[in-house]
Amino acid sequence: MSLSGILVQMLNGLASASTLFLLASGLSLIFGVTRIVNFAHGSLFMLGAYIAWSLTERMSGALGFWAAMGLSALAVGAIGAAIEMLLLRRIYRAPELFQLLATFALTLVVRDAVLGVWGSEDLLGPRAPGLSGSVEILGRRFPQYDLALIVIGPLVLALVWLLLRRTRWGALVRAATQDREMVGALGVNQSLLFTSVFALGAALAGLGGALQLPREPASAGLDLAAIGDAFVVVVVGGMGSLPGAFVAALLIAEIKALCIALGTWSLPWGGTISFPKFTLVAEFLVMAIVLVVRPWGLMGKPQAAVRTGAPPETPLAPADATTRIIGFATLGALAALPLIVGVGSYALVLSIDIFIGVLFAVSLHFVMGPGGMHSFGHAAYFGLGAYASGLLLKSAGLPMELALVMSILGGALGAFVFGWFCVRLSGVYFAMLTLAFGQIVWSVVFQWDEVTGGSNGVIGVWPAPWLAAKQTYYYLALACCVAGVLLLRRILFSPFGYALRATRDSVLRSDAIGIDVQRIQWIAFIVAGAVCGLAGGLFAFSKGSISPETISVGRSIDGLVMVLLGGVETLSGPIVGAAAFLFLQDSIARHIEYWRAMLGLLILVLVLAFPDGIVGAVRKRLGKGSQQT
Amino acid sequence: MKGTKRALALALGLALAAPAFAQAPIRIGEINSYKAQAAFLDPYRKGMELAVEQANAAGGVNGRRIEVVLRDDNANPGDAVRMAEELVSAEKVDLLAGGFLSNIGVALADFAKQRKTFYLASEPLTNKIVWEGGNRYTYRLRPSTYMQAAMLAPEAAKLKKKRWAFVYPNYEYGQSAVATFKALLKAAQPDVEFVSDQATPLGKIDAGAVAQALGDAKPDAIFNVLFAADLAKFVREGNTRGLFKDVSVVSLLTGEPEYLDPLKDEAPTGWIVTGYPWYAIDTPAHKAFLDAYQKKYSDYPRLGSIVGYSTIQAIVAGLKKAGATDTDKVVAAFKGLEFDSPIGKVKFRPQDNQSTMGAYVGRTAVKDGKGVMVDFVYRDGADFQPSDEDVKKLRPAD
Amino acid sequence: MSLLVVDRLCKSFGGVRAVDDVSFSLAPGELLAMIGPNGAGKTTCFNMINGQLAADSGRVLLHDADISRLPPREIWKRGVGRTFQIAATFASLTVVENVQMALISHAGRLYRMWSRAAAFEREKALALLAQVGMAEQADRPCGVLAYGDVKRVELAIALANEPKLLLMDEPTAGMAPKERNELMALTRKLVVERGIGVLFTEHSMDVVFGYADRLVVLARGKLIAQGDVDAIRNDPNVRAVYFGSGKTVERARA
Repeated sequence: MSLSGILVQMLNGLASASTLFLLASGLSLIFGVTRIVNFAHGSLFMLGAYIAWSLTERMSGALGFWAAMGLSALAVGAIGAAIEMLLLRRIYRAPELFQLLATFALTLVVRDAVLGVWGSEDLLGPRAPGLSGSVEILGRRFPQYDLALIVIGPLVLALVWLLLRRTRWGALVRAATQDREMVGALGVNQSLLFTSVFALGAALAGLGGALQLPREPASAGLDLAAIGDAFVVVVVGGMGSLPGAFVAALLIAEIKALCIALGTWSLPWGGTISFPKFTLVAEFLVMAIVLVVRPWGLMGKPQAAVRTGAPPETPLAPADATTRIIGFATLGALAALPLIVGVGSYALVLSIDIFIGVLFAVSLHFVMGPGGMHSFGHAAYFGLGAYASGLLLKSAGLPMELALVMSILGGALGAFVFGWFCVRLSGVYFAMLTLAFGQIVWSVVFQWDEVTGGSNGVIGVWPAPWLAAKQTYYYLALACCVAGVLLLRRILFSPFGYALRATRDSVLRSDAIGIDVQRIQWIAFIVAGAVCGLAGGLFAFSKGSISPETISVGRSIDGLVMVLLGGVETLSGPIVGAAAFLFLQDSIARHIEYWRAMLGLLILVLVLAFPDGIVGAVRKRLGKGSQQT
Repeated sequence: MKGTKRALALALGLALAAPAFAQAPIRIGEINSYKAQAAFLDPYRKGMELAVEQANAAGGVNGRRIEVVLRDDNANPGDAVRMAEELVSAEKVDLLAGGFLSNIGVALADFAKQRKTFYLASEPLTNKIVWEGGNRYTYRLRPSTYMQAAMLAPEAAKLKKKRWAFVYPNYEYGQSAVATFKALLKAAQPDVEFVSDQATPLGKIDAGAVAQALGDAKPDAIFNVLFAADLAKFVREGNTRGLFKDVSVVSLLTGEPEYLDPLKDEAPTGWIVTGYPWYAIDTPAHKAFLDAYQKKYSDYPRLGSIVGYSTIQAIVAGLKKAGATDTDKVVAAFKGLEFDSPIGKVKFRPQDNQSTMGAYVGRTAVKDGKGVMVDFVYRDGADFQPSDEDVKKLRPAD
Repeated sequence: MSLLVVDRLCKSFGGVRAVDDVSFSLAPGELLAMIGPNGAGKTTCFNMINGQLAADSGRVLLHDADISRLPPREIWKRGVGRTFQIAATFASLTVVENVQMALISHAGRLYRMWSRAAAFEREKALALLAQVGMAEQADRPCGVLAYGDVKRVELAIALANEPKLLLMDEPTAGMAPKERNELMALTRKLVVERGIGVLFTEHSMDVVFGYADRLVVLARGKLIAQGDVDAIRNDPNVRAVYFGSGKTVERARA
């Protein structure tokens, strides 16, 4: 490895940084102004690539190519405006993070739409006319198009920066980024501002996707690949800071390029270290380190408490008679289910998955609702629980019953370590640090073949013979689920639970009456981790195998969807949400070919019909303002 | 849930006016990541449909029609196992098939063992499914990672190149392909040097940087395991940067239409690859398959089509040999079962339940603006296996 | 003996000395007002006393013990209650639960996970609420109260740990004149009954001259005067730096 090699690798990093920046800048703008965690941003990026592919098929020549790039951006911008006007605008007053649910549903719809419209084959686009070759730099051939990208990134930064600094619209955007309420108070047409910001953000994502086309085929996996990177860049740079996003994109791209350049090294004490393997998780490592050292990102400012237009949550009250009756009746029905449907029935299998999902969602809700800590990496504790059980059973030879109990410890231990760092942060930074830890755990499990079985995971994790029958395991899962739910409920009504809600309501006041906010949050995080670990353990033994998928972002997002779908402000919300989500997913996936789109559409309908979540809506309909069930 | 059972069963066999069947159909439960891996699995499903149609037109199996019930596993092993439970308990399927991702394959294999259900793993490549994680209920159709790497290693040794670099997706498939290839190459050519290893995140390769890093290592030859979008990115960057100039490339799966066709006229030339040159295979069996496929779908088959088609063929053959559908008989029938796939005779090895389905090894070229395989030969999977003692050590006793 | 001693407190932001060598003290049962024009350093000084900001130098002594390096919650545990400029209560708890929360913390039971919080010293919490005239609204969610009522709840919370010192940052900000007087009269009454010392910042001269026993005056980070109401009214420094002319003071007196 030579100095010239490193220098050219740095150039490679610059080119990648441009794409990353385009992708992230739009997300940063959108979040800054609307406070929407736009999960569909990767989908917009993907649409940009696909639309650009279709346009370049029809428009040739240099002029045609660049026109296609611009038109793709415009088209995606228009799609963004439509999303904002038709969907998001209707749910701005919903509880925090609820919009995430809508944008998640959009990703499902867009993914299937792309398959339906463009087909399943990867679509490699043309090279950029006039920039298809390479130039010689330090004895290496470097793509001309990459040089163009290196220019385009900063150019777009400069243009957007001018737009924000030199126009009235830009001044409003900046003002709204600082303080959303203030803009409303100034009598500015808020909907127009939000729509335009969303459109611009979408257009930037679309442009990023389009410009990527000469480097990478349009494929149906682009959205997922893009969204994680986008969030990381935005958060590392500091929410709402465009220069920050640029610096972060540079930092991450350069670190990756450097890892690739370093290759594999022998260690003095034996063994080797393969730096390219770090590219799997480099951005998340960077994010974790940055957030631990600088809790507001490289160039961000401490965020004012992010409050939505939603009214404050109503106080908790113990279940009233009706709720108790419903609860006991449900429990009775569940206990009788194996007798009704028969012991080998699929209903039991699905129910076990739902019990596990409920336990997972309830533990997430514990930190997310009453705790106000939005964990985007909750699957880490699920996975740690699952792996603790699986590995202790298979490698350490623990009896299954004990291994299951140890799953609680696995989840708690993970939460103990990661929680200590996370509770020092708040808001979206907290969320992103949990995500980063989740991804780090995932990548360790994914790559540590000798211990975790790597990407294939661990098999043969079956329950002890006396628990192996479906109906027995059903009762075990039901018992664990009910115990977990009741335990967390009990805690929420205890002094600790009150203190947890107090820390969420007002850090200032909590501190002023002697509540150690971070410690309360940390302990709550550990409790949630323990219950979540149990869910993971139950999962492992119900499936007989575990793989890194148990820790994936997808599972974390599923958890968020369950909680939000049911209603984050109610105690039974996550229960109903988990049951509804899993049941719908299962039955739709078995019925309909384009099941993801269908599930997405259904969630959108629910989102628009029940902006407080399902249970929240039921409660409102019944006029039980202060009833928390 | 109950009333919907029927509706969701994509009864593939129904389409054709088949002979009247008196008995209830034989049901095959098929689980795959249809949406997440659509590029491979769309053709796969078409291949299956064709085979089912043909089998039923020919009188079905043991006087019974066959029917395939499809399930999408959401690329998630947990969901896959639930779908398997559903297929077995609610749909009452007679056996299971499918699986694309390796982690789903091993999960389903272990499920099959636990529930004592026959499972034919059609596509997952991991060695584990027949070796460390193997069991008597699970058979695998496609040539494994080991076999495919082993088919390429002798070709690589013939090149007499000294300095080798490696690029592969950073997960079990890539790692085990590279490990196998390195071991076999080293054995055939002891003076070989391994100068660079680039393990890239699946679906997220930083192609420019990787291409440069490989070039900087000044290799004489490269072994590539990348596929799909990663491959396209890598090939384009490598072409632009002159990486492949004067460097030989040996590459897994690249000759499969799924991965070669998207590259169009930028397909690499002169790479030694495994794949499926459907346009140039002139055996009667393949010709018959090709005609029927093109007639039915007005599209050409991909490798997925062959795998899907052969999956059904294998099951039909196994059920005929067993003369029944109960698991023990089917499991026994598959030991040493032989059938004629469109690409050759295939046998399920009794020692590890792996089929001997082979692959085509040849060189890539560009013809009429499209990537093709030329100078290819069919390598029978039976010839690319570790010794029986080694297999015995790896595989737990049934 | 002084309850609170502020001793040569300094704090700079960038190059600006926000609080510059400020010293004063406060006796039990005394209401001490801290006044000064905007930017005088009141809030900075206040936040160093209550532990939210770390001082660059100087000490804050409570009962002769140095509290200047302690976090707010530790200072609270030593008997210091607080109210905020913008009232801070727990919006998703009921009024009585807000007070109970403080009682739970005072009793050291924050980490109990099994007992029911709603039952904990409810009577005592209701009694505290009765003192501030909020007993009737005890079971309403705190998030729906009128602003003046929230301030009363805050006062009840602040009194829950039987404090020796109350720190009130602009206790009457955002209130109508009638409400202001009611709240300050209530505060005065409770303070005298319990012998609590009160340090408060205030913009309203009515409130300051009507209820403070003594005043400290800050300007540009420095303490320029301290003394009783009359002494401050007649202090030439205060007139020059703070009031600008004698007129304002006369009006305030009227």
